[in-house]
Amino acid sequence: MDDPLRIGAGIVDYLLIFVYFAVVLLIGVAARRRVSSSLDFLLSGRSLPAWITGLAFISANLGAVEIIGMSANGAEYGMPTMHYYWIGAIPAMLFLGVVMMPFYYGSKVRSVPEFMRRRFGPGAHLVNAISFALAQILIAGINLFLLATVVNGLLGWPLWVALLLAAAIVLSYITLGGLSAAIYNEVLQFFVIVAALLPLTLIGLHRVGGVDGLIDKVRTSVGGGAEQLNSWPGNELAGFGNSVLSVVGIVFGLGFVLSFGYWTTNFVEVQRAMATKSMSAARSTPIIASFPKMFIPFIVVIPGMIAGVLVPEVMRLKAGDQAAGITYNDSILLLIRDVLPTGLLGIALTGLLAAFMAGMAANISAFNTVFSYDLWQQYVKKGRSDGYYLKVGRWATVGATGLAIGTAFIAAGYGNLMTYLQTLFGFFNAPLFATFILGIFWKRMTATAGWVGLVSGTLGAVTVWLLNEVGVFSLPGQGAAFVAAGAAFVVDITVSVLVSLMTPPKPASELGGLVLSETPRQQRTDPAASRLPWYRAPVKLAGISLVLVTALNVIFR
Amino acid sequence: MTDERAATGGEHAGPRRAGAFDVRVFIAGLIGFYGIVLIIMGLVVDSASDRAKTGDVNANLWAGIGMVVIAVAFAVSVRLRPVVIE
Repeated sequence: MDDPLRIGAGIVDYLLIFVYFAVVLLIGVAARRRVSSSLDFLLSGRSLPAWITGLAFISANLGAVEIIGMSANGAEYGMPTMHYYWIGAIPAMLFLGVVMMPFYYGSKVRSVPEFMRRRFGPGAHLVNAISFALAQILIAGINLFLLATVVNGLLGWPLWVALLLAAAIVLSYITLGGLSAAIYNEVLQFFVIVAALLPLTLIGLHRVGGVDGLIDKVRTSVGGGAEQLNSWPGNELAGFGNSVLSVVGIVFGLGFVLSFGYWTTNFVEVQRAMATKSMSAARSTPIIASFPKMFIPFIVVIPGMIAGVLVPEVMRLKAGDQAAGITYNDSILLLIRDVLPTGLLGIALTGLLAAFMAGMAANISAFNTVFSYDLWQQYVKKGRSDGYYLKVGRWATVGATGLAIGTAFIAAGYGNLMTYLQTLFGFFNAPLFATFILGIFWKRMTATAGWVGLVSGTLGAVTVWLLNEVGVFSLPGQGAAFVAAGAAFVVDITVSVLVSLMTPPKPASELGGLVLSETPRQQRTDPAASRLPWYRAPVKLAGISLVLVTALNVIFR
Repeated sequence: MTDERAATGGEHAGPRRAGAFDVRVFIAGLIGFYGIVLIIMGLVVDSASDRAKTGDVNANLWAGIGMVVIAVAFAVSVRLRPVVIE
């Protein structure tokens, strides 16, 4: 039987893909000539301008899970998917830039776990560094696996060939150029993805008869309906029957806890901002990123919705046909197959391959920083020369790629196991945010409270998830994840406060740069900030972004 | 390898131009190349089956023109505002 995903790519398509990878390797070689210290390799020597790190900030997250997952949600749920961007990502990114970044950048830490160590000592640091490092290997493996399945499905290459080739390319450009190469490629990849997805969206819209045609077709389609055209209240997405609960779940669970937890404490993202040259540039990174980010759903979610009313297989799936032979995850690939001619097809495939590889590269470059600075330098070999840690960073990259290949093969064998593990690692994010916030604003919070809060918050989330799995209560859709995140947050805060009141606090002299009340204003702000024009002033930009995203929420309610 | 690094390390002392390593050079080059290939595809191979996929639009040609315009814009910005690394 013919694989429905097999896309007939022509020789021109292969040429376009090949040229992209040649350029990627060229960037690795060019970046290598500039790498002279471990800080260069691991944090780009803190020298990049904010618009570059801003685009890299988006690209680091725009991997396989995002493009495939969000277009799948678009096909299945329609407009409520927009919440992941307009309620989830954007406010969290602005919060990172305005509130959190002064502490990350101002305290001169080199990673998020290092901030944990300075604020709470080794207990919380180990919990954070190890869980983060493990999660990165796991996610890199999943990215690699998805990448290989797409190559296998589209081009017919055997899975293991695609796997090893992709891993080899990622490995060579990171070991050569370190974070600079990863970031430069992410910026390049951002433009390739837009060049791929924008024509796809426009041609798709043309095929369904423009915006009006799409609206009509979604409203009248089987499995569609008018509620898929409005982002609120999003009952289907959250899995709550009650609209009020659904709105509360989305705003507090998805928006406040899950997204704030992800965007403000995930070192993969924060690392991009740390690679800038000044406090203002670091704060601007997520804020500049928020502008393109709020429009990305138009070229990711909308194609999913178009696939839901244009691609025959996806229409059958939406109508409830279990034998459609595909899943929602295939939506965007099928749309590419159906609407793009040779030429644009090659660019679309390049964009997808680039996105998957950049996702993996981001995980690995964050992993090698945490591994060399937080685990190796801190607990295994202290006080060696900088060149030594540069070498450790390079070897960590090789090791991480090897482990990711292993994880990818496991994922190929046990699909469900990987989904569960990924959910489990998701549990670490929500309590991390609670611990950070409390730690930054409350100087009384103690070292013991740091790690006890983290562990009990994580257990809280796991408990809620287990209760839902065994059926004590049942939330279809994404509701269980929202409630689990909310529980983790509340448990973490409660336990941290109680433990803090019973254990001795750290002396105030050790909290400079780490806690709001103990940090002099000069250290939190850029001395040159008042002389910057408005388009470089982080807080003013954040205000503009907030107004825009509110407008989007109102227009598409 | 070590001696070469030592040599480039000396440059870190003063400001320098990013030059060819400016990421905009790579963007302009790659997107421009894609644009030109697509324009050629649009002019030379514009088959009926392609037209059926796109809903009777010469998608390659239009997308190619768009990409060339973006590429030129990046190339111009590299000339006008070079990146200086301190």
